[in-house]
Formats: sequence, structure tokens, C-alpha cells
Amino acid sequence: MITLLLIFFPLVAGLLLLFVKGPQVKTLALGAAILEFAIAVFALGHFHQDATTQFEWNYAWVQSLGITFHVGIDGISMLLVLLTTFLVPVIILTSFKTEHKNPSAFYSLILIMQMALVGVFVSLDGFLFYVFWELALIPIYFICLLWGGEDRARITFKFFVYTLAGSLFMLGGLIYLYLHTPGGHSFDIAALYSAGQSLDVVHQGYVFWAMFIAFAVKMPVFPFHTWQPDTYTTAPTQGTMMLSGIMLKMGTFGVIRWLLPLAPLGVEKYANLAIGLAVFGVVYASCIAIVQKDFKRLIAYSSIAHVGLIAAGILSMNTQGVQGAMIQMLSHGVNVVGLFFIVDLIQKRTNTREIAALGGIRNVNPQFAFLFLIVLLGSVALPLTNGFVGEFLLLNGVYQFNPWMAGFAGLSVILGAVYMLRSYQSIMLGETNGITSSFAPLEKSEKAVLLIICAAIIVFGVFPKPLTDIVSPAVDQLLAGLRVALGH
Amino acid sequence: MKALVLLSSLGVIALLAEIFSFKKLLYPIVLLGLVTAFVLNVFDWDTNHTYYKMMQYDNYAVAFTGVIIVVAFLWFIMAEGFFKEESNLTDHFALVLFALVGAVMMVSYNNMAMLFLGIEILSIPMYILAGSSKSDISSNEAAFKYLIMGAFATGFLLFGIALIYGATGSFDLSEIADAVSAGTASTAIFSVGVLLMLIGMAFKVSAAPFHFWAPDVYQGAPTVITAFMSTIVKTAAFAAFLRLFSTTFMEVSGTWMNVVWVMAALTLLVGNITAVVQTSTKRMLAYSSVAHAGYMLLALLAGNDYSNSAILFYAAAYSIGSIGTFCIVHIISNAKNGDGVDSFNGLAKTNPFLAVVMTIALLSLAGIPPTAGFFAKYYIFTSAFVAGNVGLVLIAIIASLVGVYYYFRLIIAMYFKESTSTEAVPVESNHKLLLLFIAIIIIVMGLFPDFVIKLL
Repeated sequence: MITLLLIFFPLVAGLLLLFVKGPQVKTLALGAAILEFAIAVFALGHFHQDATTQFEWNYAWVQSLGITFHVGIDGISMLLVLLTTFLVPVIILTSFKTEHKNPSAFYSLILIMQMALVGVFVSLDGFLFYVFWELALIPIYFICLLWGGEDRARITFKFFVYTLAGSLFMLGGLIYLYLHTPGGHSFDIAALYSAGQSLDVVHQGYVFWAMFIAFAVKMPVFPFHTWQPDTYTTAPTQGTMMLSGIMLKMGTFGVIRWLLPLAPLGVEKYANLAIGLAVFGVVYASCIAIVQKDFKRLIAYSSIAHVGLIAAGILSMNTQGVQGAMIQMLSHGVNVVGLFFIVDLIQKRTNTREIAALGGIRNVNPQFAFLFLIVLLGSVALPLTNGFVGEFLLLNGVYQFNPWMAGFAGLSVILGAVYMLRSYQSIMLGETNGITSSFAPLEKSEKAVLLIICAAIIVFGVFPKPLTDIVSPAVDQLLAGLRVALGH
Repeated sequence: MKALVLLSSLGVIALLAEIFSFKKLLYPIVLLGLVTAFVLNVFDWDTNHTYYKMMQYDNYAVAFTGVIIVVAFLWFIMAEGFFKEESNLTDHFALVLFALVGAVMMVSYNNMAMLFLGIEILSIPMYILAGSSKSDISSNEAAFKYLIMGAFATGFLLFGIALIYGATGSFDLSEIADAVSAGTASTAIFSVGVLLMLIGMAFKVSAAPFHFWAPDVYQGAPTVITAFMSTIVKTAAFAAFLRLFSTTFMEVSGTWMNVVWVMAALTLLVGNITAVVQTSTKRMLAYSSVAHAGYMLLALLAGNDYSNSAILFYAAAYSIGSIGTFCIVHIISNAKNGDGVDSFNGLAKTNPFLAVVMTIALLSLAGIPPTAGFFAKYYIFTSAFVAGNVGLVLIAIIASLVGVYYYFRLIIAMYFKESTSTEAVPVESNHKLLLLFIAIIIIVMGLFPDFVIKLL
């Protein structure tokens, strides 16, 4: 029941919000998002920390085709539901000092998107998963189209077509597996798992590519990333946060739940190539990030680098890799929202995002400089910040797969430090100039967002155990199942 | 069958209205008649009546008749303005109602003669209706083109029927099927007959390369008639096509499968790609209607347990989405004196309601969840997958992506482009209700498709 509430509460709230006019829209949206977070925390309170799927709800949806409305939460889903429900109120809070035209539609779309995202993370039926997966695309498309920046029509359309093309391959893969389920066919996750694992290595390879392309576009992994920098740059700040903080995790989550157990032999067969692409993307995106002049674009590229490492860790199919990916998905979500918020703060005060044009903000606003520094250190994975735990585990996981690739991927830590610290230096330190001399102090809501994010960075950096405890039984069970399927 | 009788009598009543001058009452009478016809049709469910071996009212016929009547009811609400011109009022009613009679015959025939009669009863009113805005030269052109091309197609169809009669000695579908399975029909004459009938049917459903009439006729005809042609006529033609080829001619699928494969691929590609470059929304929707025929051909080609139900669902989803889009195009082109894509600029600001319904209908036509169009496409793809037509499914997937491009051009125009005028387009309240209903039904069919697909 609580799963249904988690899915449909944001939808109902979002639709009701459409009928609200006036300035209280923001507050109501924030209230709804906080309530949703409270529901998620309540679910966590009743969650048994073992490998079972809990709060299940299975309802025959399209009976004649074996499609069910089957949802449930295990450790992996729990962590991502927590991330989603935690980030959405933060994201809404970041917009408190921004005046969007037609705010009721804006916040309504954000909440409807939250519904689809939660739906993706709790689906246990292939068809349902696909429907939620596509459903998440429509609100974000309109958020970017209606409230985005320059040249948004072309850029958001490219984004839409890219992801839709990837998804259609996934649909093909799912239908293929569905037709291999016994009897009257079923989309239930267990039936799809056994159908996928009963295929031979060649056919599992086909399934791997059909599914992997969809996830690779969403994350994005090199060479499917070309939509991402433009879209992240053009989207309104909150849209970028939804995309990078949460929506990207649909891709990595998809690989864990809907790729590894569906085609383990296929993953094993093509792991070298896929991890190679991911690792190459890590270094490639880091190098491009170094030469960016626009700070928002730089963070967009850094996101490609981070997510490439996550993908590599998952595909290496060992405990450290998958466990690290789960932690890093959470940390990356929090950190990237923080970074994009900082970009937004700077842009609102100086009307520019160009790194070279800024400088010396620390002299004017040391408090902001300090909070920025914490977010930045989390993002370059300094020990005792949340970024460190995940990145360490991920590199360890990739190392077990192939030491050379781990060495190559490890460059990202160095390169990440280079571009992040350099831009910090250029923006915050040095001489104050005409643009930055009047840098206004932080408003209450802005301070609140940064404090929440910094607290999360430090608390989970020092003490990540509560998070790993939620997720590790489920990950262990997943990997044990994979070992059986692979015959190791 | 009762529905058929009722519809025919409604047509006659419409003619009598001129004599006994109750023209004003005709519109409510027809709406009431359609509701009654639907109810009567429901009572035919599971009865499987046969009428002198000419018509067979099996569940297939009842389901398609149901879809046709529902779409016709929506169409009448959309086209209310079409029935307001004083001079031709009764003609319009009678012609449309007789066309519906033809459509119902086409989904329930059991004899080649009935198929031919149904097609002609449907087509002849359509030739006239396409030219019904008499002073408009492109409407005249449309009627003329449609008549000439339609006559050719009918010629092919009749020739095909004649050859099949020659090979099997019967017009009766089941007797032809018996002759086919007994092996007595495996002559060249029979194969040629099947192919000629295929051409005739492909013309009626506007499948490439027999689609050339469609864009001109759809664009030239009054918008309401275009809506009728691209929904009811197409549904009936597909039902007739499927009824013939999935049962009687299934045994000789070797003769026509490859032809239909090529046709489906061509239709998907030509329809979708040509639609991209259109600037007139009506013409764009005409090409999109050609493209949708391609998707339905996929299910026809699959020829398995899913086919009937997949085509029924697709036809219903597509027709309802089309009525919605054509209704809005009709409203906009009347208000702005043009149906170019740019006349939709800024609609989200001036008429947010129209823009939202249009978006839902276009998303459904493009096949994006959670709309009816998505489930329809999914179902068609599954049916083609089961039949092993993976190559065709890949083509269809690429074609759908191209489809997204032109449907989204309208969406981008509505939400992104600035309008030249800030005045809202006036919308009548019955159109508002209709559009609201269509938007709801598109979502409901997408979320709960079971109530349609378990029919067949």
C-alpha cells in the first residue's frame, strides 16, 4: 500500500497544484514534496534490512497479455526512492528565489515527474517499468521546452529523440524476452529473468545491446552522450537538477535491475567493450571539462565522467563495483544538485557563467565560498566526504575486473581535481572585479539548501554505514544470483 | 445486423426530413439513433448470426461495428457545423448515414458480393462528400480525383473477384476457403485474382504505392469529411481487408505475404518521411494517416492470434486521436483562415485547453506512453514479433521516430513559437466537451486497454 502511496501521491499533488494560482504555489509544492519524503522515511522505518522485496503490490493490469501492476521495494529501490524523495524538495527549495512564469504548471510537472521516477525505481513488471520510464520523459521535455534558455526547441527535441530511440530498443528487448516466457507469456520480473537466463550467449548478447543502448543514452555513456551537455546547459536550473540528480540514475538503476540479471552471459561477453566505452568516456569527458569556459557546461561534462565510472563499476559485476555504484549514485545526486545550484546562484548575481569573467567572490562573501568548497570537495571525492566512499569502491571494483582499466579510470580523480579546483580558484579566489564586487549575500532559502547539501556530504562521508546497510543484502543476493547464472 | 437496419432507416428518415420538414430535429434524431444502434449492436455479441450466408455477425463484426458507431457519434459532434447549411442539410445527413451502412457491411460480409456492395455504398457518398464545398476548387478537385482513382481501384477489385470466382466457382468466403484447402484453387488464375484484390484493398486503406490519391483528397475535402475518411473509412477498409486475407486467403499466404511485406515497409517509410516536409497540417495528417495504415499492415501480415485484436485496438486508438486532432485543426483553420503549421503558433498561451488536448492526441498518434497510441503500437509490434517479422518491426521503430519529429513540430509551435495575435480562438461548448472526452478516453485506453483487447 505504501508503495502505491509513494507513486501516486506526487501525481495527485501535482494535478491539484494546476488549479492553484498565486504565490503560495511554491510553498504548497514544497509541502507536498516534504510530505512525500516523510512517507519515504516512514517506509524506511518499516523496512527490514534484508534482501527481500517488501511492500509488494501485485494487481492484474492487462490480464490477457500477462501484464501486471507489480511494484515493491528492496534495498536497491529503497535507496533510490530515498534519493528521489530527498532531492525533489531540495530542488523545489532552490527555486524559491526564482520567478518562473506560470509557476503552477512548473511545479506540477516536477511532481508528476517525481511520480514517474519513483515508479521506475519500484516497478517489478517489465511493461510497467517501460511505461514509467517513458512517462518520466514527457514532464522533463516540457520543463526544458517551456522554461529553458536559448535555442531550447532544437536542443530539447534532440534530447527527446535520443532517449526515445534508446527506449524503443529497450522495448524491443523486453518484448523479445516476454515472448520467451513460458505459457501465456508474462512481463513479471521473475519470469523475464528466467527467460533471459535460459537464452544462449548469442541471444543474450542481442538482449544486452537492446537494453544497454537505452540505459547508455539515459546516463549517458560515451558515445551516446552528445545530447547531454547542450540539454543540461539549456534546461532551467531545476530541470538540470532533475535530469542530473535523479533521471540519470534511471539509467544506472536500469543496468542493475533490468540488464545484469536479464542477460548475464551477454554482459560478460561484451563487458570489455562496454566498460571500455565507459572508462574512455570518463577520461574523455574530464579532458573536455578542463577546457570549458561556461561553468554549467563544465559540470555537465563532469557528470558524464562520474556516471561513466558508475557504469563501469556496475558492469564489472562484483560486490565492490555494484555496492560502490549504489553509494556513488546517491552522492553524485546530492553533489551535482549542489553544484548546479551554485552555478545558478552565481549566474543570478552576476548574470554570467563564464569562469574567466568571475573572480574574488570569496573576498565579498566568505560564507558562500566555504559552502561551495565543501560541495566541491565532495565532488572531487576527498576522503571524509560522501564522494570518496563510492569512488573508492568503484575503482576497486573496476580494478578486480581489469587493473589497466582501473588505472585509466583513476585518471578521472586527478583530472576532476584539476578542473574543479581550477574553476574554484578562478571564480572564488583572486582579485574581485567589477562583476563580482557587488555579490549579494545568500538569502535564507539559499543558505538552507546549501546547508542541507553540505550536511549530507559530510555526514554520509564520515558515516556511510546506514546507507550501505540498506543496500548491501540486496546487492549480495543479486550477485549471488548472477554467479549461479554465469556458472562461476 | 439490427444496427445495420437501423442505420439504413436513419438514412431514409434523413431523406424524408426534407419532404416532411423536420430538418431541425434531424441532428438529435441521428445522435439518438446512433446510441440506439450501439445498444442493438451490443445485443448481437456472441450470437454469431448468419444471414443467408451473405453476412455473418460474428464477434469480429460486432466489435468493429461498435468502434465505427462510437467514432461516428464523436464525428457527428465534431461536425455539427457541417449540418447547419440550410440548402444541403438532408443530403449531408443521408450521405453520411449511408456511408456508415457501407462501413458496417464491410466489416460483416461473408460473400464477395456483399464486400463489393459495402465498398461501393461507402465510397459513392464519400465521392460526393469530398466535393461538398461546391465553390471551393480544391474540394472539386478532391472529389474528382477520388472518383477516378476509386473507380480504378474498384475495377481491380471486381476483376479480382471475377477471377477468383472463375477459379473456385463461388463468391462465398467459406466455400472459397474450402476450395483453397482442397487444393482445387491452386491455379494461376486464383493467384492473380488474389493479387488484384490486394491492389483494390491497398487502395482503399491508402497503402503505398497506392496512396497517391490520399494527400490531395484529404487536403482538398472539407476538414470534417477528411476526418471521416481517415477514421471511419479507414477502419472499415482495414476490417474488410483483414477479414478476407486473414481467413480465406491465409492458406495461400505465400502468394501475397511478400507483396504485403514490401507494401508495409514502403507505407511506413513513405508516409512518415513525406509527412515531415509538409507545411499544411491537413496534408501532414493525411501522410500520417498513410503511415498509420503501415502499422496496421504489420498486424495483418503477422496473421496470428493477436492480429484481429491488435488491428481493432489500433483502429480505435488511431480514430479517436484523429477525431481530436482534426477537430482542433478544423477550429483553428476556421478561425485563422489557414491550416499551416504556423497557425498553431502560441496556441498554448491563447487557448491552453486546445493546446493540452492537441498535445495528448498527438502524443497518442506518436505512440508515447501512457496514451492509447502507445499501447496500440506496442500490441502491433508484439504481434509482428511473434510472427517473426523482426526486420519490419525495426523499420516500424525507425518510422515511429520520424513520426515523432513531425508531431512534435506542432507541439513546439504551440508551446514555443510566439503567436501574431493574442486573442483566444473561440471554441463552442460542444467541441470543448468532445475534446475533453477524447483526451480522457485516450488516457483511459492507454492505462486500461484490457476492455478493448479482450473483445477479440
